[in-house]
Amino acid sequence: MTALRHGKYPFILVFLLPPVGIYALYMLSPYVQAIHISMTDWSGLTATQTFIGFDNYVEMWNDDQLRTALRNNLILLVVVPVLTLLLGLFFASMLNVGGRSRGAAVAGVRGSSIYKVVYFFPQVLPHAIVAIVFAYVFAPSNAGGILNNVLEAIGLGGLTQLWLAEPKYLIWIVVLVMTWAFVGFYVVLFSAAMQSIPLDIYEAALLDGSSRLTTFRKVTLPLVWDTVQVGWVYMAIQAMDGFAIVHIMLGVNGGVQGSGDVLGVAIYRAAFAQSDFGYAAAIGVLMLVLTMTIVLLFMRILRREKVELA
Amino acid sequence: MTTTETGTPGTSADPSPLRPRIRQPGLGAGRAIGLLNGGFLLFWGLITTLPLVWAILSSFKTNGEFRTDPMGFPDGLEGDNFARAWNAANIGQYFMNSVIVVTMSLTMTMLFGAMGAYVLARYDFPGNRLVYYSFLGGLVLPVFLALVPMFFVVRNTGSLPVIGGLLGLNSYLSLALVYVAFSMPFTVFFLAAFFRTLPTSVAEAGIVDGCSHFSLFFRVMLPMAKPGIISLALFNLLGHWNQYVLPLVIMQDDDKRVLAQGLGTLAATTGFRADWTALFAGLVIALMPVLIVYILFQRQVQAGLTAGILK
Repeated sequence: MTALRHGKYPFILVFLLPPVGIYALYMLSPYVQAIHISMTDWSGLTATQTFIGFDNYVEMWNDDQLRTALRNNLILLVVVPVLTLLLGLFFASMLNVGGRSRGAAVAGVRGSSIYKVVYFFPQVLPHAIVAIVFAYVFAPSNAGGILNNVLEAIGLGGLTQLWLAEPKYLIWIVVLVMTWAFVGFYVVLFSAAMQSIPLDIYEAALLDGSSRLTTFRKVTLPLVWDTVQVGWVYMAIQAMDGFAIVHIMLGVNGGVQGSGDVLGVAIYRAAFAQSDFGYAAAIGVLMLVLTMTIVLLFMRILRREKVELA
Repeated sequence: MTTTETGTPGTSADPSPLRPRIRQPGLGAGRAIGLLNGGFLLFWGLITTLPLVWAILSSFKTNGEFRTDPMGFPDGLEGDNFARAWNAANIGQYFMNSVIVVTMSLTMTMLFGAMGAYVLARYDFPGNRLVYYSFLGGLVLPVFLALVPMFFVVRNTGSLPVIGGLLGLNSYLSLALVYVAFSMPFTVFFLAAFFRTLPTSVAEAGIVDGCSHFSLFFRVMLPMAKPGIISLALFNLLGHWNQYVLPLVIMQDDDKRVLAQGLGTLAATTGFRADWTALFAGLVIALMPVLIVYILFQRQVQAGLTAGILK
């Protein structure tokens, strides 16, 4: 581009300044400040911050509520991806190789494109809407509770519960809601991967008399495994969040006895309900460490040089 | 393989076992499995749609109907729910707030994102990699770590000379800029990959024609990147529209709340006000734009969202 050498640097500067400036001010600089704030006892009201070293971190260690939140995050981190990926693989294989029409040996089921459109929809919904709807799914029968009403309608009235009033159910309800919201995305993702598998591989497997299950295990799964791995990392990062769902469905305190609490909500609560910004930042650092550990762990396990996430 | 036996979460009534039939594939068994497959698929389809259909039906009921027969169909179409949601419950204001913020944030995200990505993808200069990787780093950093300091950054921009009045807390522009910042990593990453694939020959032709750097970008490269820009714009549109935690921190005045945030607050007070149907009407109002975008651009939305993790 010798012809354009003239004026190259002013151009680069003009083009980079807005994106880099906004990014640095609103995203990078907060991350840098967070570490410093986490070592202060700042209430946000004073101009000066007292440096207290690692006191906030010691406090975290002794904070039972935070331990609940951390435990819940770990549950989300493990269970949501496993459930979501298994269901995603299951439905994707049903959609793409589930049907067996006369002409082709292996075919997708009828209406599979409609299923994909429907399954994917929760992915584009605001989590706020998901949370509100599911607050009513698990509400008591006389307050609209869909689940209880359905249970009664099909003769399983004995199973009805005050779902959101039972501490030990809360995090599992969050697991279900998140899984509900994410599965469709992975069905579409895995479907795309499965459709790129050549049909004659399936025909060969079929001729060899392999059953559906064997075909899935020996043909489909290995060929989409790359996509599953990438999906896994992405899912793990997403599962760290859960803020909108917990905040709206269970409230800012994490529901009954705080037992549905997650780290994101704990940060928000410490900062904006208790004005303990130093402590909130310290929990943020904990979350960073957790996220980085997962990312590095996955990159290690998957031995992929470039794992990129959205 | 456990996959086929996992069934669906949230259901104690799991259909008949799958494994015995799979072990003996024959013609009859094949048909039975086919039906079972169809059953599973339909079942998940219902799990996905029914809660939403229920919410939509509820938005047309009277509060009396909602209380006495939560699972039934509405007797008539109670349009007043929507009027109450729009006016009394402030959903109209929240809706407009969302439109204003997302219009600003989406325009800036796409413009600035494309500019940054283009320069990083196609120009050599010292520090190129450094800037690129600092954008990339933002992909894995948790939003929540930045939440507290970001609040103070935004608050402090309010006391800047001249432009301070436009910024600070409870400002549309502030929230939009925060959205832009948080969208930059993925936007730059995605578009840089896209710009890299564009043929150099076209750029060279432009240079021969005497294009400046600026006109080369705006008149040649940007139009060529249109498919990538569109799928990414849809991705960001949904992301910004659905955002919940960032506005919760920045928009603290009641009349500045955005839709998802306002809806969350409304849900929290609905029980006290005994006006459930207005909540569901508000929910439907919030749902509609997303539903319309999804139906119109279904293919691009799916492609845009899934391409993100495959690249």
